[in-house]
Amino acid sequence: MFWNVLLLALREIRRNVMRSSLTILGIVIGVSAVITMVTLGGGATEQVSAEISSLGSNLLHVRPGQRGRGPGGTRSTADMFKMGDAEAISREISGLAAVAPVASQAVQAISGNQNWSTAVIGSTNAYLQVRDWPLEDGRRFTNGELRAGKTVCIIGSTVRKELFSNRNPLGDSIRLGKLSCQVVGVLESKGQSGFGSDQDDFVLLPLRAVQRRIAGNTDIGGIYISAQDGISTEKVKKNIERLMRELRRIAPGQDDDFHVNDMQELVSAMTGTTRVLTGLLGAVAAVSLLVGGIGIMNIMLVSVTERTREIGIRLAIGALARDVLMQFLVEAVVLSSFGGVIGIILGLAAAVVGARLLSVPFVLNPGIVAVAFVFSAAVGVVFGYFPARQAARLDPIEALRHE
Amino acid sequence: MKTMISSKADLSASLIELKGVTKVYGKGQAAMNALSGIDLRIDKGEFVAVMGPSGSGKSTCMNILGCLDSPTSGTYLFEGVDIGKLSRDQRARFRRHYLGFIFQGFNLLSRTSAVENVELPMIYRGASAADRRILALRALEAVGLTGWESHTPAELSGGQQQRVAIARAIVTAPNVLLADEPTGNLDSVRSREIMEVLTTFNRERGITIVMVTHEPDMAAYAKRIIHFVDGRVDSDRPNTEVA
Repeated sequence: MFWNVLLLALREIRRNVMRSSLTILGIVIGVSAVITMVTLGGGATEQVSAEISSLGSNLLHVRPGQRGRGPGGTRSTADMFKMGDAEAISREISGLAAVAPVASQAVQAISGNQNWSTAVIGSTNAYLQVRDWPLEDGRRFTNGELRAGKTVCIIGSTVRKELFSNRNPLGDSIRLGKLSCQVVGVLESKGQSGFGSDQDDFVLLPLRAVQRRIAGNTDIGGIYISAQDGISTEKVKKNIERLMRELRRIAPGQDDDFHVNDMQELVSAMTGTTRVLTGLLGAVAAVSLLVGGIGIMNIMLVSVTERTREIGIRLAIGALARDVLMQFLVEAVVLSSFGGVIGIILGLAAAVVGARLLSVPFVLNPGIVAVAFVFSAAVGVVFGYFPARQAARLDPIEALRHE
Repeated sequence: MKTMISSKADLSASLIELKGVTKVYGKGQAAMNALSGIDLRIDKGEFVAVMGPSGSGKSTCMNILGCLDSPTSGTYLFEGVDIGKLSRDQRARFRRHYLGFIFQGFNLLSRTSAVENVELPMIYRGASAADRRILALRALEAVGLTGWESHTPAELSGGQQQRVAIARAIVTAPNVLLADEPTGNLDSVRSREIMEVLTTFNRERGITIVMVTHEPDMAAYAKRIIHFVDGRVDSDRPNTEVA
């Protein structure tokens, strides 16, 4: 019986191709909008979290000063770290993969007649480890270079491009302020960070070289720490905070004069934001689904009036009220889910194009496709029921007399 | 359903029996007696013409016979079973299995081919697609429309449309065919063709036919003619001059 009802519905839709396609237009637009929004939003979320994790996963960053001053603007009156702090951390805290103390400054880098303003970062090989940063060419620092604070450097790909264009920089020297320094390695490119800054624009020197020859002190501006795989960064963060309070002799009840950033927190905060935005866009698109549903109800009501006589004929030749109800309901559901299918196809196509235009990855979300389909079918049931009941309640004699 | 009624059926009973059937429309002051006490027996295989002026109650009587409406009082026995008090769905099932309808305005589904129109009652009977198609083609053949199966009503003449409607009515092999002015919209040549078709079904298949008509020429095809006046049976006589 169900197949027969479906057959009747399909026949009816086929008889009114033009009107049927206009009827489902609302659903098509609604579903495709939802699919496009959610798919693009998912791609953006994925991109943001990929960019943030390119900073290095399991990464913690300890810096002096209190939290809440925003990135970059954290130099306060708080004491800088010293090498002893980094050593204490790697000695006292368990579950760490690497600890990289960092001192950085802005410098002017010069090679031949090329001039580029960049940042110099003084650290150890551990910096490359915590940032999960492979070399494209050359080598890391040797232990001797690190101990002695030799003026050798590993340059980021932006610096390489600006100072050497296509030349091989290995073995060549660059000048950082008054300091001349030999290039021993070149880093692979990481591109823009999740915040839009160029991650490849810096020169890495041994920490001691920066402290003695450029900064002229033994301060450490921050410590990068990476936890071992499977170790909760949250727990490591707690332990570091406890240790630092001890080292810096902060009395109980007093505020920290340092801050530990957890990249995992950042990842969830950033992806959380894009997820909320996606949700909002999806909700706006869902409203158009509702409008599409009302469109279907409207056309079905018109159709019931228009086909009163037909309903009368069907009732006279033996259709039960239930058969007529089913016929109109199935017709509405077939229409709306047909619209849903077309909308899903169009929405995915638009998402593919949109993902390319916005250069975010195309991430197919099977869940939302299923939800969109079920929802569009449900729209048919909800908005088709009222007209279908009107049809089923008709009196056959009256309906047959209807012109 | 069919077996249920047949097993209870009193074989000596008439096919159709109306006893003191009344139908009142409206209530109180506005009440209108469409039928005021009808007693009528129709036996199996009869061909009955129902005549009478407008408002005489013949259409109401047909609606009750067709189980589209229930009487206000009185009983309607079909093969001895009281079906006047059936529920809406029960009446629909009864129509589906025992009755065929032919209307003045043909009442075919537009933009639907002849064969699909004829298949329609079989769909509600739950017949398989293959059975449906075979029976529908056979019914169209019986009304002489072989070759016109895939034409829609708009592509058929009035007489052809009415023959499609007849095919639709007889495709389920009903016991009774109820025809409401089947020739009202047709010229005399087509009318006669339709009446020939109906007469053939009555004679060869033993289908009982009850037909409302205004035209004495058409009533002349019936074996019995009933006149309605003011909601009453005015005269009920065998047709002596069968065409």
